[in-house]
Amino acid sequence: MIINHPILGPRDAQEFVYLGDASLINRPDGLTASPAEMHDYVYLRDNPAGLHRELWYHEQGDRSWLVVTRNTVTHEITKVEMARDVARSMGRSK
Amino acid sequence: MSQSHRIGGGQIDRTQPLNFTFDGKSFVGHPGDTLASALLANGVQLMGRSFKYHRPRGPLSAGSEEPNALVELRSGARQEPNTRATVAELFDGLQARSQNRWPSLAYDALSINDRLNSFFTAGFYYKTFMWPAAFWEKLYEPIIRRAAGLGSMSRLEDPDDYDKGFLHCDLLIIGAGPAGLMAALTAGRAGLRVVLADEDFRMGGRLNAETYAVGDHSGADWATAVQSELVSLPNVRLMTRTTVVGAFDHGIYSAVERVSDHLPTPLAGKPRQTLWRIYTAHALLTGGATERPIPFENNDRPGIMLAGSLRAYANRWGVAAGDRVAIFTNNDDGLRSATDLQSKGVDVVAVIDSREGGTLLPGIRHLRGAQVIDSAGRLGLKSITVRGPNGKVETISANALGVSGGWNPNVNITSHHRSRPDWRDDIAAFVPGSGGPANLHCAGAAAGHMSTHAALKSGAEAARHIAESMGKQAPYVLPVAEDAPVQITPLWYVPGGKGRAWIDQQNDVTVKDIKLAHQENFTSVEHMKRYTTLGMATDQGKTGNVIGLALMAELTGQSIPATGTTIYRPPYTPVAMGALAGRSRGKEFKPFRLTPSHKWAAEQGAIFVEVGNWLRTQWLPRPGETTWRQSVDREVLQTRKSVGICDVTTLGKIDIQGTDAGLFLDRVYANTFSTLPVGKCRYGLMLREDGMVFDDGTTARMAEHEYVMTTTTANAVTVFRHLEFCRQCLWPDLDVQLISTTEAWAQYSVAGPNARNLLAKLVDQDISDAAFPYMGAGNITVCGGLRARLFRISFSGELAYEIAVPTRYGDALIRKLVEVGAEFDAVVYGTETLGVMRIEKGHVAGGELNGQSSALNMGLGKMVSKKKDSIGMAMTLREGLNQPGGLRLVGVRPVDPAASISAGSHFLPLGAAPTAENDGGWLTSKVFSPHLGCDIALGYLKAGDQKIGTRMRAVNFLTQVDTEVEIVSPHFFDPEGERLRA
Repeated sequence: MIINHPILGPRDAQEFVYLGDASLINRPDGLTASPAEMHDYVYLRDNPAGLHRELWYHEQGDRSWLVVTRNTVTHEITKVEMARDVARSMGRSK
Repeated sequence: MSQSHRIGGGQIDRTQPLNFTFDGKSFVGHPGDTLASALLANGVQLMGRSFKYHRPRGPLSAGSEEPNALVELRSGARQEPNTRATVAELFDGLQARSQNRWPSLAYDALSINDRLNSFFTAGFYYKTFMWPAAFWEKLYEPIIRRAAGLGSMSRLEDPDDYDKGFLHCDLLIIGAGPAGLMAALTAGRAGLRVVLADEDFRMGGRLNAETYAVGDHSGADWATAVQSELVSLPNVRLMTRTTVVGAFDHGIYSAVERVSDHLPTPLAGKPRQTLWRIYTAHALLTGGATERPIPFENNDRPGIMLAGSLRAYANRWGVAAGDRVAIFTNNDDGLRSATDLQSKGVDVVAVIDSREGGTLLPGIRHLRGAQVIDSAGRLGLKSITVRGPNGKVETISANALGVSGGWNPNVNITSHHRSRPDWRDDIAAFVPGSGGPANLHCAGAAAGHMSTHAALKSGAEAARHIAESMGKQAPYVLPVAEDAPVQITPLWYVPGGKGRAWIDQQNDVTVKDIKLAHQENFTSVEHMKRYTTLGMATDQGKTGNVIGLALMAELTGQSIPATGTTIYRPPYTPVAMGALAGRSRGKEFKPFRLTPSHKWAAEQGAIFVEVGNWLRTQWLPRPGETTWRQSVDREVLQTRKSVGICDVTTLGKIDIQGTDAGLFLDRVYANTFSTLPVGKCRYGLMLREDGMVFDDGTTARMAEHEYVMTTTTANAVTVFRHLEFCRQCLWPDLDVQLISTTEAWAQYSVAGPNARNLLAKLVDQDISDAAFPYMGAGNITVCGGLRARLFRISFSGELAYEIAVPTRYGDALIRKLVEVGAEFDAVVYGTETLGVMRIEKGHVAGGELNGQSSALNMGLGKMVSKKKDSIGMAMTLREGLNQPGGLRLVGVRPVDPAASISAGSHFLPLGAAPTAENDGGWLTSKVFSPHLGCDIALGYLKAGDQKIGTRMRAVNFLTQVDTEVEIVSPHFFDPEGERLRA
């Protein structure tokens, strides 16, 4: 596979490490979250046959975490974003 | 018998003889020959024995689809089994041997299997070796494996190199027949970066095997002329002997180039084979088509081959496979073989055409509405039995028979992403379906364009279309070529025979086997394939699969497209393991990382151990020591008595800087770091989000906004990855920067009562207890100005420091430490001693940090701060992890100090039966403590904190060690920590 890195351009997927569902960005605050909320964050993932937003880490490159939108059936990649930008757009800051 | 079957013409160099041997017998061939063409030229048809029945077999084909003529090539370490004689290029001195026969190819003892064939039908193994179950592993499987293998391995290391290569192009063209060459010419002239790959050693594809003209030239000459022009284009790369074996995601293809297979040994500096990874914007499959046979009784005798292959041997290699040749066909293309052979002066005794009516071939005995129903000749074809249209049966003497059941487009690569091919009735074959790999186009016979004109045109059109999509104009002019339509009336097999008719010759699958599969309800194509093993041999059923499907369609009363196909998967043809491995062999398979003290330690005769990718000193034997325990006991006692030195460079080191560095550490560690004073370090416990312990280590605050974190050796990479995740994805606006400095610093632990005295001789600053107290950290200089870092931390329980210098000074520092340490009788110790001392001290490490243990399990529950949010804190609070009676870290020692205990043992109450209900936990790490003079261990024990002082059994059912033990505190040594604060 080839991942079109927003900064570095097309890179072979072998340079990356896969983590999983990009919902991992949406971490609840551990002091205020209910146990059920925390449980869902830690253990519950969607497993779609189709478009999937997922986290890839450019370990053999610039160490960027990326959010890759990939079709799990065809492996077509339709969008690649910097995870940091995605996190900020979801209201995450400090 | 020198080349008795060589006839005129062909693309071989007759001026140059090439000597070779087959089963020890010498023969002569010519450059341009394959092993199969050269053997046929010498009158040798018998080349192998079949897999299951050990039937005598000769080549069925003249190409990579070959199921039968598998031979062993070369000798010694270069011996290579299961090589197809039909694609093995002849070279002077080639040694080839037949396989799967004993004692000889002509007389094979296991051909008894052929007589017992009624037992060996589909499902034989499943049904026969069911009972008793215990016999399978010990008796049945070894016998079956011994009997069934084909070639044999040399069991010597391959002396040749294999390489990996990477290419990028606008257009990869797969196959250099008329369509591929025309496409390459069109795209190449338009300025596209083109790679043209062909598995053959000569480009041209079927043009080399045919007598058609293309324009004013013969097909082969046209191919040569196009090649010359392509060679002159700098944007076109021609790759012969290169098979594209697989299509992968996003336009990536893999290809194997047989760089040196046609040479006795590779040229200096050249690999034997190269595995290419080709990145493409577009690819064009012009891989042609493969002919399929028509099964009839005893259709597998040497001398019976595909009609198009018979003609290829005559046209391309100047070989007549027999001197009395017959043709059996259901289509017009088969007739071409008859006319081509006849025009070459070969005696064509009959053409058996299964179709009724139509025009008769002039000057040839052309039987219409006839079928071949049987053959005779044990080691080679002698005659065929033909049933005429009126049912009359006659025997015709022939020593070669060409069979044509039609041509299957080579759709394989289009199915590599699960696309299934579409059926076309007019050519009675599957063509590429929709939904194949993106930007993979098809042209020529691979796309069902079967005439030369249609191949040329579709190749040019595909290239023009691709060029235009990339903004380039690509005009072309087509040469004139034949445009005969496909005329076929399918005949999938000859019905009515009592004997066996082979569909898949490599796996010995017959028409009967398919019928049996149907009878036993294995009617889905996927079931049929696995039950009969149709198409599961190394040729992947290139000649047999479609026949099997058609037969199953007939048996179930469905159409062929409704019956469907199995999915083709990579590789297209077999790939040598060496090519997949490439340079990753021996020490290149898994390169070691060497510590800064490695050279010194090797000079001392150190024993090394693999720790992840690192090689670390395990222990350092001294003269007179004969067992590892002697060395380790000495190292421990010497360290505790005076001072020991250990290379701890392999621990992960991460520099963490920024105004939010302290806050960041508070969130990634369970305990607090923002309050750590500058110049101090602290033990840190890192959790996963699920509340289990992830890693531990010490982290020092070097300046207000600068920390240095250490991780375990094993987790250096994953902790860094995790920290980057937290920094970028969870708290993107924190002012914190990370960099791994594991490789930047050589770090040594100096431990023992004399540690300070030793270091004081090297460190330029005051390191007295007052100036540099326990858990102190700072930048220092050593040896008169070399920058260094010093941390007063201890894993051993002794007064201890870790000293770090830039890596390039690591070798010098170990030598200096040893030199200065001589005065204190300093000892250098390895990982075994490290392990003994940390267990004596009750520190957790690999066996305890097992990914399933919480801080509470480790007795570190209080370290998890509940006042702040940190990774894993919330899940630490969940009920299940806080049940009374949960696992707790304990120390263990045998009641009898002379008794030994075994790592991995389970705890059982005294007198309790060894059942899962009575299992109290397990022993994680065990060593012999020279300090205490007995075995000691750490373990996780249910309610362990309440069981200190009690006795239990530690039982290991693998090593049969059952020891009565006392449960103690995990801190065996200096529990008050007085030594490390000294």
